[in-house]
Amino acid sequence: MSAQNRIGSDAALTKGWLGAHKWLLLRRLSQLGILALFLLGPLAGVWIVKGNLAYSLTLDTLPLADPYVLLQSLLAGHVSEKLALIGVAIVIVFYALAGGRTYCSWVCPVNMVTDLAAWLRHRFGIKSGARFSRTSRYWILAMTLALAATTGTVAWEMLNPVSMLHRGLIFGIGTAWTIILAVFLFDLFVSPDGWCGHLCPVGAFYSLLGKTSLLRIHATHRAACNDCMDCFVICPEPQVIKPALKGEAKGIGPTITSANCTNCGRCIDVCSKDVFEFGVRFINKADNNPPQGETAAFGNRP
Amino acid sequence: MAANTNPQSRRQFLLDMAKTACGVGMFGLGLGFYARQARALPPMTIRPPGALPEADFQGACIRCGMCVRDCPYDILKLARPEDDLATGTPYFVARKIPCEMCEDIPCIKACPTGALDHKLTDINKARMGLAALVDQETCLNFLGLRCDVCYRVCPVIDKAITLERVHNFRTGKHTMFLPTVHSDQCTGCGKCEKSCVLEVAAIKVFPVQLAKGELGKHYRLGWEEKKKAGESLVAPEIEHQYNLPEGFKYEQGRGLSGEAVPAPTVPAEPSVQPGVPQALHGDKL
Repeated sequence: MSAQNRIGSDAALTKGWLGAHKWLLLRRLSQLGILALFLLGPLAGVWIVKGNLAYSLTLDTLPLADPYVLLQSLLAGHVSEKLALIGVAIVIVFYALAGGRTYCSWVCPVNMVTDLAAWLRHRFGIKSGARFSRTSRYWILAMTLALAATTGTVAWEMLNPVSMLHRGLIFGIGTAWTIILAVFLFDLFVSPDGWCGHLCPVGAFYSLLGKTSLLRIHATHRAACNDCMDCFVICPEPQVIKPALKGEAKGIGPTITSANCTNCGRCIDVCSKDVFEFGVRFINKADNNPPQGETAAFGNRP
Repeated sequence: MAANTNPQSRRQFLLDMAKTACGVGMFGLGLGFYARQARALPPMTIRPPGALPEADFQGACIRCGMCVRDCPYDILKLARPEDDLATGTPYFVARKIPCEMCEDIPCIKACPTGALDHKLTDINKARMGLAALVDQETCLNFLGLRCDVCYRVCPVIDKAITLERVHNFRTGKHTMFLPTVHSDQCTGCGKCEKSCVLEVAAIKVFPVQLAKGELGKHYRLGWEEKKKAGESLVAPEIEHQYNLPEGFKYEQGRGLSGEAVPAPTVPAEPSVQPGVPQALHGDKL
């Protein structure tokens, strides 16, 4: 296969392979690193982190708890002990600043599964796709919360692929792998970005959590865009890019403000023109001077 | 989409929304029934000490596994999807590994949500389940042997399980030592079930609601009430009058004693036997 028609091939030519995969590599490092920290205890007996993504205790002092699970528990009629509440507070503050769905692309283990499905889709040109609304996830989110309230149990956690996979890897997976396989095949053959982009209520919850988050991706140098469309193809939530990238005529700033942007940074990677960069929400200004040549290999601009 | 005033697309929007709502609703209904079903705790699985009543527990436990991690004996497991209790919740199976009843109860301390009740600080007050000697046909002690293993291994020895002595009617001359569980002392740790020497344990630990009966609320035990009141509550006790043959006497606790007075020497009838009460002779009954 020629390199020309692959996504990000232009970027790889101008920035080098490493430059065109910088955020992807950092993201994998983060996902695998977090998983490794959790696994270090059960596999090697080094207990830095105990628990799983629902709740964990780091170095016996730092509690972290998943606000979505705790909310379900609260709706089921249970008020938690202090430790879980402190953990929730820390997590809420973090994602409210760092971007709610940063959880999806930098922490969640299912992301690696669905990314693999997406990569295979691109690679083998699988075009099939049941299209359904990206708002389905909010309906499912509402449904899980209603279920918690009506059944008095944390019902969604019996099926949640996110916690199933993470808990499974750490505590023994049993038949939970079938659910993960189902998610993978669903994304591969049934619906592009089907799980993470359309259905997952965990992602929906975190998107609401980070609705006004500080850390955002900006199409700062949108004037340099050469319409190669690579960012749209690689992005798991392509609808978030358009206003920021193409909204100049309508007076829309270059900040990607949609809560469903997962801050994965793949658009930064695949752009040969270095249009995108990480930044802070309030600095919502485009830089109309195109980037100086191709020297800024790693996109590290002041 | 929604802001579009074109009736055609508004129609489409409403249809799409109905479609999604229906799909999600169906899915939710299925999950809801599944969740309801999983609320029953299977009889062979026991929750860690301090676990809230099962219905509350499943709303409180967030499946983090901290109790599993802090159990020094690696007794607890998190349920997998194929296990028949709520996925991700902690449990143990007594016949495999019973609870060691740590005095500091680390599993409760580790629980961040209070699904394991932090108010429980004395492990002897834990009620993980309740042991029940379910099979008297195979229990060796019930067969008249002296196995006693469940009694010996019980951490609350001589309180949670006592050996009640009963006459062995089969041999006619031995005593049976029957293991008897007392629910006010049994913590449900499962040591007895684990150590039962049979192929399949005759004594088992069950969730309390399965193992325990309950008297009607209006029931009063006469002897208890009498003890409380210091006297009989019914009527003044009347000394029982026994209508006994001559020469016999009956004492409470000792039974019948005495010897029959030989029958008067009347012309012997064939049916009359010495020692049979007069009243039983002839047609006087």
